[in-house]
Amino acid sequence: MSKQSGSAGGKISASDTKGRGEYTPVTYDPQYILMVNELKKYFPIKGGMMSRTVGQVKAVDGVTFNLKRGTTMGLVGESGCGKTTTGRTILRLSGEKTGGQVLFNGKEVYELSNKEMRSMRTKMQIIFQDPFSSLSPRLPVGEIIGEAVREHNLVPKAEFNDYIDKVMDNCGLQPFHKERYPHEFSGGQRQRICIARALALNPEFVVCDEPVSALDVSIQAQIINLLKELQEQYKLTYLFISHDLSVVEHISDTVGVMYLGNLVEYGKTEDIFRNPLHPYTKALFSAIPVPDPNAKMNRIVLEGSIPSPANPPTGCKFHTRCANCTQRCKEEAPMQREVEPGHYVVCHLYDK
Amino acid sequence: MAKKKAEGYLSGRESRRISRANRKVTNELEKKRKRKKVPESEYLTKMHDPDNAVEFDNLHTYFFTDAGTVKSVDGVSFEVPIGKTVGVVGESGCGKSVTSLSLMQLLQRPQGQVVEGEIRLNLGDKAVDVAKMPYEAVQHLRGNFVSMIFQEPMTSLNPVFRIGDQINEVIELHDGEGKSKEDVKKRTIELLEMVGIANSEGVYRMFPHELSGGMRQRVCIAMALACNPKVIIADEPTTALDVTIQAQVLDLLRSLKDKINSSIMFITHDLGVIAEMADYVVVMYAGRIVEKGTAEDIFYHPAHPYTIGLMASKPVVGRQVDKLYSIPGKVPNPVNMPDYCYFKDRCEMCVEKCGGEYPCEVSLSPTHKVSCYRYYDGQMPEDVNPAAAGEKAENGDPAEGQKPGDLSTAADKDQEGGDVS
Ligand SMILES: Nc1ncnc2c1ncn2[C@@H]1O[C@H](COP(=O)(O)OP(=O)(O)OP(=O)(O)O)[C@@H](O)[C@H]1O
Ligand SMILES: Nc1ncnc2c1ncn2[C@@H]1O[C@H](COP(=O)(O)OP(=O)(O)OP(=O)(O)O)[C@@H](O)[C@H]1O
Ligand code: SF4
Ligand code: SF4
Ligand SMILES: [Mg+2]
Ligand SMILES: [Mg+2]
Repeated sequence: MSKQSGSAGGKISASDTKGRGEYTPVTYDPQYILMVNELKKYFPIKGGMMSRTVGQVKAVDGVTFNLKRGTTMGLVGESGCGKTTTGRTILRLSGEKTGGQVLFNGKEVYELSNKEMRSMRTKMQIIFQDPFSSLSPRLPVGEIIGEAVREHNLVPKAEFNDYIDKVMDNCGLQPFHKERYPHEFSGGQRQRICIARALALNPEFVVCDEPVSALDVSIQAQIINLLKELQEQYKLTYLFISHDLSVVEHISDTVGVMYLGNLVEYGKTEDIFRNPLHPYTKALFSAIPVPDPNAKMNRIVLEGSIPSPANPPTGCKFHTRCANCTQRCKEEAPMQREVEPGHYVVCHLYDK
Repeated sequence: MAKKKAEGYLSGRESRRISRANRKVTNELEKKRKRKKVPESEYLTKMHDPDNAVEFDNLHTYFFTDAGTVKSVDGVSFEVPIGKTVGVVGESGCGKSVTSLSLMQLLQRPQGQVVEGEIRLNLGDKAVDVAKMPYEAVQHLRGNFVSMIFQEPMTSLNPVFRIGDQINEVIELHDGEGKSKEDVKKRTIELLEMVGIANSEGVYRMFPHELSGGMRQRVCIAMALACNPKVIIADEPTTALDVTIQAQVLDLLRSLKDKINSSIMFITHDLGVIAEMADYVVVMYAGRIVEKGTAEDIFYHPAHPYTIGLMASKPVVGRQVDKLYSIPGKVPNPVNMPDYCYFKDRCEMCVEKCGGEYPCEVSLSPTHKVSCYRYYDGQMPEDVNPAAAGEKAENGDPAEGQKPGDLSTAADKDQEGGDVS
């Protein structure tokens, strides 16, 4: 679904082949609630006495995808590859972007005025990966969840309490939790508070950054079922970041696999899980733990040094660890190929 | 502490009364713990089995809050044998972290207190009861002997110090004798590389907020392993990591375990990880242990309805379902626990006797124990045929790695079990 009218170039990665910051602008296609085009986010590395910028961490280095209204895109990839940064940059939560476009309902998010941005904030929500640092320790939980609802006058005053109770109940929290403070909760309970806070605002688009990994599987199932129900009811759109591939398979319509700041494979969930193409995706799938104490695993162990996003390898960024690496991989960055309809991969192995 | 009150909740006056009563209890306990120069004899004890590294015996840990006493851990007993890994699973909020924090004496003070029970820790030449130890004495155990990887990495990282300095400090504090500044730094870099952090020199100079969630977690793991602890408490150490790095960290923990014969208490929600790592599994529900046994016992013959429900809830790669199974209902309010089986209101397998008092522990085999009325008359749990599950895992084409379709296991069968009743 990513490459259709408008997104010219047919590239989701391989930014190295182009000059930095250059991209072909996309035009708005109304079937997509979110269009991300060649998005880049670099962080400066400060060093020395004067705190001069001595380099850059290329956390997100040219990511392109489009998201249809009411669908879920799963985002998986190595820890530190830029998933959270992608989510935060889309929501304009980490300062200015370095390059590329983010069109939400056709509007460039980075060109909104402060006032427009404020109303946009209720429509685009994020469930943070680290619930501990994202909850104010000084507010009781009912207040944390209700604060923004009140601020934006989303429900009439008379219904406010019932509304908060309902949201909390939906997320597996109980009324007696309302008066307690975040530190009095277990890790999983705190995560549910974050979920309730985001969902209370009736958003259109939610970045779910590891929303269920701190929860036991039964509550995980409950939350996933809830997210899906809400999606059907309100046509919600999710960007779902997770390391748990079984959860990703269950909830996503499409899946993107990231490696070191780029999408390396993208396609419909069935295609990716049935027929993983990129050597990194294959290694990832081979490492899924199995709930059977005597299971024999055939893990593909990734050898070689893990490259740093401050100084990514030349050519294919995965070449330092890839078992199929050739001389060409070291020199030339691979282009994106459409191997089967709607299934894209960035790897020389699939060159015709 | 007169707060705005919710409907049907405590009145301000009642809350103040509770608060006063709490202070009396906690002050007394705190005073005892804060004493200095306590003779060792007061907390020396004997292990019931010298092959155990830790023995939790009837542990009760309560939080004295203004809304009442939260009985987070309410009579928990299990052992962690030397050189073995014990996996702890259970409902979110059931007391897993509080159990491990009790062993470290890192409960939130003053409201969190161990009020009853023993935590015997085997120090090799002697054994101590951590529950009776004053703070001063426990400090020497932390890091050196017992170390903990926290569920939320930011709780153990200081946001204003650089990563390198924080790890250096741990090494200097516990293991720094005769080490020069360069040696310490070298060891820190080595640890960072050991947990799979690229750009270790760069990360050495970064602040915690500059790292991704998984990188922070790996820094914490490096810190916890810095001094080769004999007992490692790992509270969801790999939840923030992708599966390839997770595999790497699990290997690391295993190799450390083999190298210095450490014991690991491994808390996680990932049943796959438990199956891979654990020799023994403890299943907790609402502050109590409802089932324990070897990994085989729990995965092939899950007995307690909660365990069965848990296994059925896990989504499995390659198995399409419209809606995931989830155990209906909610945990009871921890301030006001029922006097019958805590799981009864959610249980889909109730038998007649379940209305009675909380069921006591029944032995299904020398290793396998369960607290549930269904097994009072010697009825055994149905087997989940291990042979079949093993077969499935084997017939994948090894060249292609694990095919998603081959991953169905024990959980499939439990799903059926859950539906039948
Ligand atoms: N504020 C920042 N300053 C400097 N570097 C940063 C900052 N935030 C993130 N980074 C770097 O950007 C890279 C990507 O981080 P990000 O948090 O997006 O990873 P992630 O894919 O979400 O990983 P994880 O699965 O571990 O959460 C990392 O190398 C990280 O060190
Ligand atoms: N400081 C505190 N004050 C009051 N209650 C607390 C406090 N800390 C924990 N609790 C309560 O104790 C219970 C057990 O918490 P614990 O953190 O051990 O759960 P857990 O099993 O680790 O859950 P999770 O899997 O979600 O991390 C919870 O119900 C929690 O609300
Ligand atoms: S382009 Fe080459 S190095 Fe990169 S993933 Fe493909 S085979 Fe491996
Ligand atoms: S004792 Fe009864 S109610 Fe409790 S778990 Fe067992 S069968 Fe269910
Ligand atoms: Mg992240
Ligand atoms: Mg916990």
